[in-house]
Amino acid sequence: MAHPVKPKLAVWKFASCDGCQLSILDCENELMAVAGAVEIANFAEATKAVVKGPYDISLVEGSITTEHDAERIHKIRRVSKYLITIGACATAGGIQALRNFVDVKDYVRAVYASPQYIETLTKSTPIRDHVFVDFQLRGCPISKYQLLEVISALLNNRKPVTPPHSVCMQCKAAGTVCVMVAQGQPCLGPVTQAGCDALCPSYCRGCYGCFGPKETPNTAALTEAWKALGATDSELVRAYRGFNAYAEAFRRESEAHER
Amino acid sequence: MKGKVIKVDVLCRVEGEGALLIKISDDGKVDAKFRIYEPPRFFEAFLRGRSYAEVPDITARICGICPVAYQMSSVHAIEKAFGVKVDGQLRELRRLLYCGEWIESHVLHAFFLHLPDFLGLDDAFAVARDHRQVVEEVLRVKKTGNDIVRILGGREIHPINVKVGGFYRAPSKADLRPLVDQLKWARDSAVKAVPLLAGLPYPDFESDYEFVALRHPDEYPFSEGRLVSNKGLDISIDEYEQHFAEEHVAHSTALHGVHIGKGMYFVGPLARFNLNADLLTKTAREAAKTAGLKPGCCNPFKSILARQVETVYACEEAIRIIEQYEPPERSYVDVTPRESMGCGCTEAPRGILYHRYRFDSAGLVTDAKITPPTAQNQPTIEDDLRRYVTPRIDMPLDELTWQCEQAIRNYDPCISCSTHFLKVRIERTH
Repeated sequence: MAHPVKPKLAVWKFASCDGCQLSILDCENELMAVAGAVEIANFAEATKAVVKGPYDISLVEGSITTEHDAERIHKIRRVSKYLITIGACATAGGIQALRNFVDVKDYVRAVYASPQYIETLTKSTPIRDHVFVDFQLRGCPISKYQLLEVISALLNNRKPVTPPHSVCMQCKAAGTVCVMVAQGQPCLGPVTQAGCDALCPSYCRGCYGCFGPKETPNTAALTEAWKALGATDSELVRAYRGFNAYAEAFRRESEAHER
Repeated sequence: MKGKVIKVDVLCRVEGEGALLIKISDDGKVDAKFRIYEPPRFFEAFLRGRSYAEVPDITARICGICPVAYQMSSVHAIEKAFGVKVDGQLRELRRLLYCGEWIESHVLHAFFLHLPDFLGLDDAFAVARDHRQVVEEVLRVKKTGNDIVRILGGREIHPINVKVGGFYRAPSKADLRPLVDQLKWARDSAVKAVPLLAGLPYPDFESDYEFVALRHPDEYPFSEGRLVSNKGLDISIDEYEQHFAEEHVAHSTALHGVHIGKGMYFVGPLARFNLNADLLTKTAREAAKTAGLKPGCCNPFKSILARQVETVYACEEAIRIIEQYEPPERSYVDVTPRESMGCGCTEAPRGILYHRYRFDSAGLVTDAKITPPTAQNQPTIEDDLRRYVTPRIDMPLDELTWQCEQAIRNYDPCISCSTHFLKVRIERTH
């Protein structure tokens, strides 16, 4: 059966490092197949060609940090059938959401000689705070295999499968010895969503939370375990204030140790 | 003569978001602005108060295209501050990781972002319609670079294995060995593609640039050496801030890199090649010869050739490292934090990347400064645009606009990187 019209795929960027959209170009083995299955209709990092909307799939990278971007995301939502956020910036505000815990004016003054020129919002917020999001892909960066899973699920009218359980499950499945139990290394794995194939423990280091909180994370219990290993309050604050600092569960846990 | 405006609102095939605005006045005066409108992310600010151990993971997130460069500049700066030297196999492994990043980044830029300009095509997918095999081979070469970063670093983007003092886990010989055949194939493929690139139409466009790059006595530079230029600069990395500054330029309020007392300068593959060609491997030198690329090349459009020559070099250097590799006894050397300051400068795919940090006695950052290559190249990019447009004012606007975009892409500008410096104001012309 021939597809009469190829679905149109668009990629949009907000405040981010470009790494998640680069994941598309890093699908070296699958890239030509993807380019064959969809029409790449808007992807500034890869192509000059721009096809007019509406778009069947919009992949949105980055967080909202300016007035202009807060308006732009609404325009993108209006021309998108499915809007998928890709990565920690788009789903949780990213590392730049560390400004949300301070007065952003102090940050501006620290970096720029002429602060009056800088236009920025006081908070870096995820896309979901601004428009309806059809599906969120976690990670800093995303897993390219999860990205391929989402694209192929949408092309085949099924729900994407991205497990919401913790990194611990993937460690067990891979047979990786627990770095926290066996080596006494603090690890965010028990409260962090899977997706990276439990990468850090397999390289002898604790998880640092790239994929954000798992569903129903028990951060308080993990905190007790970290304290038993000698972690201080300020270390706990820093641990939860990483690339998913503004994700609800991590934000609350970091604030609990701030005073 | 009638004045006109060349305007590109969203520059494509660059990393990050930028725009181009060139105004040509009625009397033929050209004003060129390469604008950056990507929102600022304030890395230097939120690094304050973070532990030294977190810095390589955090700074990687400045740029998804060259995270290894950020990790390497930061670990070198931190080790300098704490008085630690990382040597032997750990140093070799770091060079290997950098080889991987150069290969994947150079191939991405040369064939996916830049080559389509020379062929008048929209993108690499269009290139693939006529040259499917070329694009498939190129993807395999790119994958070889990414495989190095993945096996050694844990993943292609934002690797997790880089640690202050070395690595969290050192690879075994068996982990790395399968890469050798792949790298040999990639090197041969990269060599084979040289005539294709050499045969592209290069605009007749040169300038008396000051090229700045690292130079090491024994090796093509990645992370160590002195900062040198073709105009007599020869300083240690520690002296960087005495010689280079960022100027707050009124027109865009972007911070532009300048060589104090001299002005604009040029960093990146062409600068590295011009200053270090004698340190390339034999095959890479032969590739340069086939490409017609000689040290002293002052045509920025030929950066694509320098990139390809460096891809050949990076494949061979990676092979050398893997073939001599013996796993170190420990995967890192211990570091003890102290109240200190240290700087590091390494050769990101796009040119020198300078980091400087101050720490308190507990190893928390009190001050950070990061100068990415694109900020340093920005004045040169704008000057190129002015000089490129001036004799070509009468070209059809579409064609001239495209060529201006191509002239920007010569530098493989990484806007995500520069953003934490660059001011962001869009001049709306309608």
